[in-house]
Amino acid sequence: MAGIVGYGAYIPRKRIKAEEIARQWGRDAASIEKGLLLREKSVPGLDEDTITISVAAGRAALDRAGIDPQRVGALYIGSESHPYAVKPSGTIVVEALGVGPRVHVADFEFACKAGTEAMFVALGLVESGRVEYAMGIGADTSQGAPNDALEFSASAGGAAYLFGREALLADVLETYSYTTDTPDFWRREGEFYPRHGGRFTGEPAYFKHVLAASRGILEKTGLKPKDFRYAVFHMPNGKFPLNAGKTLGFTPQQMETGWLVPTMGNTYSGSSPTGLAAVLDVAAPDDLILITSFGSGAASDSFVLRATALLPERRGRARTVRSMLDHPTRYLTYGQYASYREKIILND
Amino acid sequence: MPSPRYWREVPSRFRLEAVRCRRCGKPSFPARTICPACRGTEFEQIGLTREGTVITSTVLHVAPDEFAMETPYAVAIVETPEGARLMAQLVDCEPSEVKPGLPVALEFRLIRQEGHGGILCYGHKAVPAGA
Repeated sequence: MAGIVGYGAYIPRKRIKAEEIARQWGRDAASIEKGLLLREKSVPGLDEDTITISVAAGRAALDRAGIDPQRVGALYIGSESHPYAVKPSGTIVVEALGVGPRVHVADFEFACKAGTEAMFVALGLVESGRVEYAMGIGADTSQGAPNDALEFSASAGGAAYLFGREALLADVLETYSYTTDTPDFWRREGEFYPRHGGRFTGEPAYFKHVLAASRGILEKTGLKPKDFRYAVFHMPNGKFPLNAGKTLGFTPQQMETGWLVPTMGNTYSGSSPTGLAAVLDVAAPDDLILITSFGSGAASDSFVLRATALLPERRGRARTVRSMLDHPTRYLTYGQYASYREKIILND
Repeated sequence: MPSPRYWREVPSRFRLEAVRCRRCGKPSFPARTICPACRGTEFEQIGLTREGTVITSTVLHVAPDEFAMETPYAVAIVETPEGARLMAQLVDCEPSEVKPGLPVALEFRLIRQEGHGGILCYGHKAVPAGA
């Protein structure tokens, strides 16, 4: 059986509070925090992007796996904020990780689902025997237009998963994908910020796909929500994943460990993968874990995993998600945030 | 920095690859062909640990144009456990925190951009250990 042999995450250390963004635009902070269940979000430094986040998460995954990076035969990065329009992020990441050059590399895009897309393909290549190890990474430094609802959530971070067939930290028991063409969120070539369909991003997009994929994998495995110790759903805001989980029959206790969005924000392609990393940081052997991503456009990928006895022994080889999330180094003013997100245009 | 030169430095910039002189044991980063200590010419390749200690530092208040939005920031000479020394910008900390003896971790970061349309140059910066 194939599964996860190493995992790692990275969350930038800077934060901005929802209250500070609301103050900038004269909006009611309390209603934002109550409506979206968002208190603060991570902000990347000027020197942090999808590539640097991927390297940090990938190094942690390799440290936990303890394997020679040269044995990694494929590496995929899912993101909607690849730093180059034309030139792969993956080539830089493999060089930094010491992987390759005998390695297959690709950059994936699928809105917020690109991370689990990379994981899905990496897992499949290992299961088929085509490669010994494969890494799937989800990372983003997502942007929200000024004074848009997304500005309160769009944040930065990511997670990397190394798949193999031996010394597993978590077995992948099953996968399931559900995809339709749904124009709920998009960014045309050359546009600075994405656009979205407001409430249309809810029922016909997020909930339809997250619920369908989750129900599909439950039916495929014959498992019930009560069989799981943990469940992670994509986190565009605080409310959506809790509502989706409740509809499916999961309890808040099953979701709270991977529900990082109130203080992390929405890390897009890194969202549910980072939630899964937080779960693996604490899961006990034989715990069952459900993760369902969502990417606008639209689709969801679901995975059912079972933690192994090796997980507790290996998790201490790299930093936990909580250790990064609970210790920000600096809270930014909106002016500093605008500067860090390069919203201020300067002459060359 | 022209792209070909940056590309040639990828092993040291991306993976902290260094060399150790087989005659006197002195590590050199980036790799050299002649040991600056004993003029030996035979080396073994080593990978530097991604951690170190600040030897000395300074704070930049007036920076080159492309770093103007980052001022004030600290730049330090960092020594790794292998004894190699490299210069690195200190990030995710207040410049006033940077003192000799500060333990740091070396993290992969964007160092600079060759203008708006040029390549992105990556390497390592230092962050206080445990930050």
